[in-house]
Amino acid sequence: MPSFAHFFETFTGSTNVFIDAMLLTLELTAVSILVGIVIGLFFALLKISNIKILGLIADIYIYLVRGTPLIVQIFILYFGISGIFLLPDFWAAALALAFHNGAYIAEIFRGTIQSIDKGQMEAARSLGMTKSLALRRIILPQAFRRALPPLGNQFIIGLKDSSLAAFISMNELFNVATTLGSNNFDEMTYLLIVAVYYLILVAILTIIVNMIERKLAVSDR
Amino acid sequence: MEEKRTMIRIKNLNKSFGDLHVLKDIDMKVLESDVVCLIGSSGSGKSTLLRCLNFLEKKDSGQIIIEGEEINPETQNMNKVREKVGMVFQHFQLFPHMTVLENIIEAPVHVKKVPKNEAIQEARDLLAKVGLEDKADVYPSKLSGGQKQRVAIARAMAMQPDILLFDEPTSALDPELVGEVLTTMKELAEEGMTMVVVTHEMGFAREVGDWIVFMHEGRIIESASSETFFNNPKEQRTKEFLKTTALK
Repeated sequence: MPSFAHFFETFTGSTNVFIDAMLLTLELTAVSILVGIVIGLFFALLKISNIKILGLIADIYIYLVRGTPLIVQIFILYFGISGIFLLPDFWAAALALAFHNGAYIAEIFRGTIQSIDKGQMEAARSLGMTKSLALRRIILPQAFRRALPPLGNQFIIGLKDSSLAAFISMNELFNVATTLGSNNFDEMTYLLIVAVYYLILVAILTIIVNMIERKLAVSDR
Repeated sequence: MEEKRTMIRIKNLNKSFGDLHVLKDIDMKVLESDVVCLIGSSGSGKSTLLRCLNFLEKKDSGQIIIEGEEINPETQNMNKVREKVGMVFQHFQLFPHMTVLENIIEAPVHVKKVPKNEAIQEARDLLAKVGLEDKADVYPSKLSGGQKQRVAIARAMAMQPDILLFDEPTSALDPELVGEVLTTMKELAEEGMTMVVVTHEMGFAREVGDWIVFMHEGRIIESASSETFFNNPKEQRTKEFLKTTALK
């Protein structure tokens, strides 16, 4: 183990590089979560639609994503799709992460949408609302609120999963840590440093999710 | 006496859930500004009948004619029909993520496209009517059951329906809260609202109901004016049912 003094010195000496890497990690995470939410909502709606074929499409997507390792998916997008039309490295990683997160988020949304009392939809319909208006105004806002705790969980997983982008040479946190570690023959110090950065990011993410949860919980007070 | 307009006419309505035949050849009508009470023991089909009137359940066969127009869910815009027929539910079904006021203006603003400030004014008037003007800005979780149901009535009224359906509106309430909801319903009835009420409150049915429909195992057993029904029931089943309730 490195001494604390050495750790501290290395930490402060490497902040420039790590902050750049952290920004890239953040960008990857933000894009993959936001796109993942859109994908997730889309497939959740396919699953709750009463049209069998749409539900089947959603099932297949979720099965393929959950059934294969994320690193395989990233490589497929990076090598495979890049071979057909050129995908910038960032987008190969971001989209792979987004499709990956999307499958899990789809299941989260499906579960929370179905957990809303059927009477809510009936009440909305009895007031003359169309199904889609009722979904948008009545069901989804409630479902989203219930989805927040598991979504927060998924966001954290997504943040840490972005480290796999290192394998397609994205200079995000994990890649920078391993590169600097091996260049300086000091792997352990850099791994501990990068762990601290992840902990900081997860703390920030947790605070943001908690803030949104509190804001949306106003109707319980 | 002037003939009252027929608001709802049901002919030969049948409905099954799988093998269970829950509505058998239902024939009935509801006249303008009448209060029709559907009574009967649990499982008699009265709630299903009410839900068919708002097309929350799909009929298997028969006709439902609302204000002279036969309604066919396959071809018609159900949302237009539902604007005319409001519904109040046993479990209130207020929208928990909206304040009381937002609950009431939701459908007028987003379905009828009433300008928002107009809808708010209307909502405040309705809240005053049900005695809850001071609750406009609270969330439903802060209300008692009786208050929730009065808000639900105001919400249904905000669409200015011609007919209001009530599905056991007091069954989920603590006994001491039943009275305030029944009072609100009575006031509506006195204003001439056409109402169909599924209820176990025999006192309400007797006092406010104009017409009573008694159902048993999916059939209408007896259908008569409130006075005749409670004082001179014809059918043996009706007599037995009335004996089991407090009023004879």
